[in-house]
Amino acid sequence: MKEFNRYVLASRGVSFLIHLFLWAVALSCLFPLFWMIRSALMDNDTIFVDKSFIPKVIHFENFYSAWTEGNFGMYFFNSVWYTFWAVFGIVIISSLAAYSISRLKFPGKNFIFTMFLAAMMIPLPGSFVPLYVLMNKLGLINSRMGYIFCMINVGLSVSVFILKTFFDKMPIALEDAARIDGCSRLGIWRHVALPLAKPAIAVIVIFQSLNVWNEYILATLLLNDKNLMPLQRGLIVFQGTHSVEYHLLMAGLTITAVPIILVYLIMQKHIIKGLSSGAVVG
Amino acid sequence: MSEVSRARFKLFSFTDFRESFGNFLFVLPALLIFSIFYIYPFYKTFHLSFHEWNGISLKQFFVGFDNFKELMGDENWWIAVRNAGYITLIALTFQNALALALALACDREIKLKRFYRVVFFIPPVLSETVVGLIWSWILYSGTQGGQHIGLLNHLLDKTGLAYLVNDWLSDPKTALSCIAVVHSWKGFGWGFLLMLAGLQTIDRQLYEAARVDGAGPWSVFVHVTLPMMMPVFLMVMILTVLGAMQAFVLILVMVGQGLVYHTEVPVTRILAAMTGGYPKFGYACAMAVIFGLMLVAVSFTFQKLSSKVKQA
Repeated sequence: MKEFNRYVLASRGVSFLIHLFLWAVALSCLFPLFWMIRSALMDNDTIFVDKSFIPKVIHFENFYSAWTEGNFGMYFFNSVWYTFWAVFGIVIISSLAAYSISRLKFPGKNFIFTMFLAAMMIPLPGSFVPLYVLMNKLGLINSRMGYIFCMINVGLSVSVFILKTFFDKMPIALEDAARIDGCSRLGIWRHVALPLAKPAIAVIVIFQSLNVWNEYILATLLLNDKNLMPLQRGLIVFQGTHSVEYHLLMAGLTITAVPIILVYLIMQKHIIKGLSSGAVVG
Repeated sequence: MSEVSRARFKLFSFTDFRESFGNFLFVLPALLIFSIFYIYPFYKTFHLSFHEWNGISLKQFFVGFDNFKELMGDENWWIAVRNAGYITLIALTFQNALALALALACDREIKLKRFYRVVFFIPPVLSETVVGLIWSWILYSGTQGGQHIGLLNHLLDKTGLAYLVNDWLSDPKTALSCIAVVHSWKGFGWGFLLMLAGLQTIDRQLYEAARVDGAGPWSVFVHVTLPMMMPVFLMVMILTVLGAMQAFVLILVMVGQGLVYHTEVPVTRILAAMTGGYPKFGYACAMAVIFGLMLVAVSFTFQKLSSKVKQA
């Protein structure tokens, strides 16, 4: 709106205020994270009283204690494991389905697609109740596999939607060429469709990774065994059992938050592009 | 046999069936997972809402609409609905106004634009557990050796605002507002990005033309920006409402569950009914059904509005 300000002086004043505003909000986003890391570097005696921004004695060993005694190493491994397999499952299963719905013929495919679409649109609050009942019945409480399947399901419909829309817009010529060369349907999916769908798959991988890594409620209901818990669940368990060791809790928080922030910073171009293009619904 | 009838005959041939079936196999894994983990729970929610069941016993007693009748008279449920409405109201006004102001501020040639865009989306990528624990630590009430432990109370004390020092998360007057503000802090980045993307699609010549016609900044905003942005606003609003109504992990993390009714929302009530000392799965599902219908009604209304805006 720079062009509306007729007077340079007024324009400078406005511009200053705008920057001040943006800086204040940016600071509010960053400061809590800074405070978390700062608190993670203090010890049990100083953390409650010392309010200096940089601790006088920096205790890096807190991260080691949280990692080993606080079990965060194990929680971290579990989170990585769940995130990897759930996202891998989502990409394979949803791309197979989306490819078939978009390109191949079989009766009822429109109905199936409409179902995925409806699942994306209809909010299901408290779906964890029947899901818990089901998993209990199937004996999949405290099962890595059970949790992974639940998380695959959470990301499935939106991924089918994104990929189907993407395949619809993709030129069919390359696939025809592959077919003439004697490539099977599965071969075309694997060697033609998947590589071409990389941008859409990137969006799915990023958002579903965030989603699985940050998931809390199903992890709480389905996993009671400490050896199976992911980070989000582990944090709350740690808080419950070590309620006074705030320096270690902050170290655990840092261990949970930093990887996802790093991934975000590396991938932020894709994330912002994916969001801005409206590829992510719901 | 003519070409046409041969083709028609081929439609029903075995090879065609085999091909169709092969094509269907591609969808099968997705369909299986979807049926087991989505359709069955969906059905089960409705089914259980007409039963009384403690989750363990083999018997589920059919009770008709009793769960729903009980729900209508359940005061705590309506308090929870009101609380969710309050969080939603704060999110719709404060969070979205902030997002819009930031988007307008960034919709120009401005220094550090990319930096702002990256930073404002950091809170949304964090989990509710992380956000809740960090803010609980900052809002911590209580003292040690005469010093406030929480940073906010400490700062208030040091800047001469000691009369504002509060038990932020245990005081019934402030707890819900704190949660609503933290929820908005976590969420405004979404609205910001979507609105900024929307603003950037508006043709600059429209602004130019309005300015030539003598329109001031405010009237340009009202007559150019606002109408052009209506579909984006509606989309952001619907996402805000659905997100805020269903926010509950922050509440579990920041104030705990089942202890205090002034911070309960419908989803925490559902969770409490399911995990309490005397689990009532049927009642939990009845709540889920009613709350689900409320959300569907809200999102249906917005969708109607949105299609009207698009036609206009």
